[in-house]
Amino acid sequence: MNLLEKLDAAAAARKSLLPNGVGAFGIPIEEVFSATEARIGDRRVLLFGTNNYLGLTFAPECIRAAHEAIDKEGTGTTGSRMANGSYFGHRALEREFADFYQCSSGIVFTTGYQANLGTISGLVGPGDTVLIDGDSHASIYDGCILSGADIIRFKHNDMVDMEKRLRRLGDRVESTLIIAEGIYSMLGDQAPLAEIVKLKNAYNCILLLDEAHSLGVLGKTGQGLVEKTGLLKEVDFITGTFSKSLCSIGGFCVSNHPQLEQLRYISHPYIFTASPSPATIASTRAALVLLSKGSDLRKQLWNNCTQLYSQLKETGYLLGPDPGPVISAILDTPQQALQVWQSLLEHNIYVNLILPPAAPEGKSLVRCSVNAAHTPEQIKYVGDTFAKLYKMISSRS
Amino acid sequence: MTESNYDEIMQLLCDRLSSLTNSDTQITPEMNMISQLSIDSIKLLNLIMEIEDTFDVSIPINALTDIQTVRELADLVHKIKSAS
Repeated sequence: MNLLEKLDAAAAARKSLLPNGVGAFGIPIEEVFSATEARIGDRRVLLFGTNNYLGLTFAPECIRAAHEAIDKEGTGTTGSRMANGSYFGHRALEREFADFYQCSSGIVFTTGYQANLGTISGLVGPGDTVLIDGDSHASIYDGCILSGADIIRFKHNDMVDMEKRLRRLGDRVESTLIIAEGIYSMLGDQAPLAEIVKLKNAYNCILLLDEAHSLGVLGKTGQGLVEKTGLLKEVDFITGTFSKSLCSIGGFCVSNHPQLEQLRYISHPYIFTASPSPATIASTRAALVLLSKGSDLRKQLWNNCTQLYSQLKETGYLLGPDPGPVISAILDTPQQALQVWQSLLEHNIYVNLILPPAAPEGKSLVRCSVNAAHTPEQIKYVGDTFAKLYKMISSRS
Repeated sequence: MTESNYDEIMQLLCDRLSSLTNSDTQITPEMNMISQLSIDSIKLLNLIMEIEDTFDVSIPINALTDIQTVRELADLVHKIKSAS
């Protein structure tokens, strides 16, 4: 099979799952009306498939800051920070992230994906080991692969399994990086951070926590799982993204280890890419202020999460173990998941469809992302529609 | 590590792959796990965890880059087990 035939085979497999031509992946969105509504084709849909957890995509403060930055500094930086320099905004945002996490330093990356790629590949290399949760995001896997370190997986959130693998490493634990996530993107469950920290200290490893989905969502000021658990000082490196609660694009890493600064000179995903645009940095800085003061938004978000999680659970759907902004209904087969996803769209609700092997353990998921801007009526409509579809899939199985 | 250990590894791999493929196909050492047995990446990674536990070894998943056949996987496990 030549290179192009391999792509044809992948296209045929995709087509078999999308018989009527409706594309669940990369769906065209024609217009965005608000944090909760958009137009797909000729339908005005409710957006339950974004990661806009605090609902800040149209926050006037962020829009104003982005406009002012474009007027003042133009549309792009046109190059990397290494070669073309760091703007005031880049440096200010790094300081603000470090202060937000009470850390000595921070680095901003151009995307959240690159934050993991750049941090992991900068911290470990050939001869080192990374111990990662089996349900880790692709950016973590790819960062590990880029690093050349030995990659060992432990069973998702299973601390007995994790310790077994740490023990097997023997002397190699001293050059081992453990990686976990605040909230996992597939089932929305949280890492058992207290137990991970206990093992990390017992085996004297370094711990990196990715707060991509938990930033803005967990903790009094929205730091994430580190704040919810009171373990901020126990985590060596924290990464995260601007593209979820902060409603822009980019990523960061903060730490109290002064060695973090060296990543600027060795991490290719940091060095060899254009730096974030002035508008992106400006809106992120404004959003970080709103996020840290956003206890009311978090309260509203959690009310919404609890409402939808409870309604789906009462209906009979199998869900992830923890309520939260990521709520995944676990279906028996890819066909069933596709049927539910299509029916939801026909009811003007957009959610995410996740099929094997992207979903863990061969599961097929219909994933909802709840945000603080959703109204109780919108949540109820989604819950009621899921209930109607549950009867349909139950009667056919 | 003896020849009998290698046979034990090969037998375990064949048994597990047979149950993962859910078919009556006789698993042979030269079979390609992806193109012939349709073992996807997640199934392979989970199989590696099982092998690690059975033989009490660490098998880095990046060592799987060049592994295609059942025999190549058995060779890798045998090499790591022999060195441990």
